[in-house]
Amino acid sequence: MATAAAQQTARTQPGTGRDGTAGSTDADDALARAFDAAVAADERIEPRDWMPDAYRATLVRQIAQHAHSEIIGMQPEANWITRAPSLRRKAILMAKVQDEAGHGLYLYSAAETLGTGRDELLDKLHSGRQKYSSIFNYPTLTWADVGAIGWLVDGAAITNQVPLCRCSYGPYARAMVRICKEESFHQRQGYELLLALSKGTPEQHAMAQDAVDRWWWPSLMMFGPPDDESAHSAQSMAWKIKRHSNDELRQRFVDICVPQAESLGLTLPDPDLRWNEERGHHDFGAIDWTEFREVLKGNGPCNEQRITQRRRAHDEGAWVREAAAAHAAKHTTGAPQA
Amino acid sequence: MTAPSTDTPTASAALALGDDALVLSHRLGEWMGHAPVLEEEVALANIALDLLGQARVLLSMAGDEDQLAYLREERAFRNLQLVEQPNGDFAHTIARQLYFSTYQHLLYARLAAGDGPFAPLAAKAVKETAYHRDHAEQWTLRLGDGTEESHTRMNRACAALWRFTGEMFQPVEGVDVDGGALEAEWLASVEDVLRRSTLDVPEGPRSGAWTAGAGRQGLHTEPFGRMLAEMQHLHRSHPGASW
Repeated sequence: MATAAAQQTARTQPGTGRDGTAGSTDADDALARAFDAAVAADERIEPRDWMPDAYRATLVRQIAQHAHSEIIGMQPEANWITRAPSLRRKAILMAKVQDEAGHGLYLYSAAETLGTGRDELLDKLHSGRQKYSSIFNYPTLTWADVGAIGWLVDGAAITNQVPLCRCSYGPYARAMVRICKEESFHQRQGYELLLALSKGTPEQHAMAQDAVDRWWWPSLMMFGPPDDESAHSAQSMAWKIKRHSNDELRQRFVDICVPQAESLGLTLPDPDLRWNEERGHHDFGAIDWTEFREVLKGNGPCNEQRITQRRRAHDEGAWVREAAAAHAAKHTTGAPQA
Repeated sequence: MTAPSTDTPTASAALALGDDALVLSHRLGEWMGHAPVLEEEVALANIALDLLGQARVLLSMAGDEDQLAYLREERAFRNLQLVEQPNGDFAHTIARQLYFSTYQHLLYARLAAGDGPFAPLAAKAVKETAYHRDHAEQWTLRLGDGTEESHTRMNRACAALWRFTGEMFQPVEGVDVDGGALEAEWLASVEDVLRRSTLDVPEGPRSGAWTAGAGRQGLHTEPFGRMLAEMQHLHRSHPGASW
């Protein structure tokens, strides 16, 4: 019987792939078997371990999309930093948007362990070859939207992300542990913000209800298409990148939100929402998947605005990054030129 | 409420220092989502959060923090004109940071060493401002001694903001420091950083009746009113509401 350490060694082939030469078929088979065994045994795959190309590509795609979502997701909330109505709320919101930038940093680093650098991924985001979560293509029209994003959008993100802390790829799983802790604070601040509005003046209550009305359905869409239409789900489940199906997670989220909405004194905009004793879950109405697909295609209210702002920040910052690189080069090349 | 609480020298000083922190924090907050590199999104937000924390302590020494931040008119604000200047490009933001963080760090080091009413706050703030100053100095070096473009931009920014720097050393009632000694140390430090960054030390005047320098008396520059309009709008639209 191989020890865990020996199995680790068996999975690690530092030379493989680096010099472009393929190993023998037998050796490849052994590595593939070791990978499958590690996934089956719930062990973590680490950056230097052999992994199937498709596993690597799936992870890069997913981690990049997650990283892009964090940095694009800064925009709708940063939209309210300069108008936050109290200094306490302003401090909380700035800290939250800062966390999102930090999450972006961890996630781009996790992707880098798979051999894809941040510059390449940003380039793919800016040129539309990689996506970010469609939820950020909706606008934040009032202060209450900051609360609705925290409660619903971050709530949905946590429901999606907690299982990722057990994802088979080590660096991603570890990044998610820290991210989930911070997301849970974000979710609570959103709930608390909405509670203050709901119990506030009639105008504040109406503002909170309007925000929940606008964010509820897009939040349900965050779990992705129904299981029978989800393009990547089955393979990701087999690789233990994904642990639960889209519909399972969506149901879990609805069940969590219903009592919270009651405590908030706000209603969820779904006349079909009711407890189903037999299933032990809440039934809910049909999701408008046409809207989902349209926003995904680029036809949401803010797709153009979000990507334009991202590109502009990047382009306008080019001279700053070039200066930093030039300065670093001058000071790391050893003795100054005579 | 339009008149700030300046009943005592301490309240008056708290308002001046608190407004500096509040206004610069707001300006840095405007960068979020627009910074040139992800690390700077984090760094600028960090500095903005430190400043906002300082502002909340200081304004609370003068009255209710939200009433003071949201319900005063422009002429009642006591901040330096330097901190209200628009962000401009990244070079202008860094030049503003270099000038202000150096001043704030030297000031808080003195206040922390004394036993006055600001000593407890200053003891914490001096550590924060040491980081802000280092951040500004490192970027001044990179931009000054980076590319030709960054060098040109940074020289332009340092020169443009120079005329707002004399105001920092005017006496503030309730702040017990030797303004002359503070100014000498500030000048020596800033000139050293600029030289090491291969930048010019600006030659224009730093104070005088025909230059800037009346923020402490409630005279501000045109962009400040627009900044306050944005900052105060939501709070003022719901009189008496809690958030």
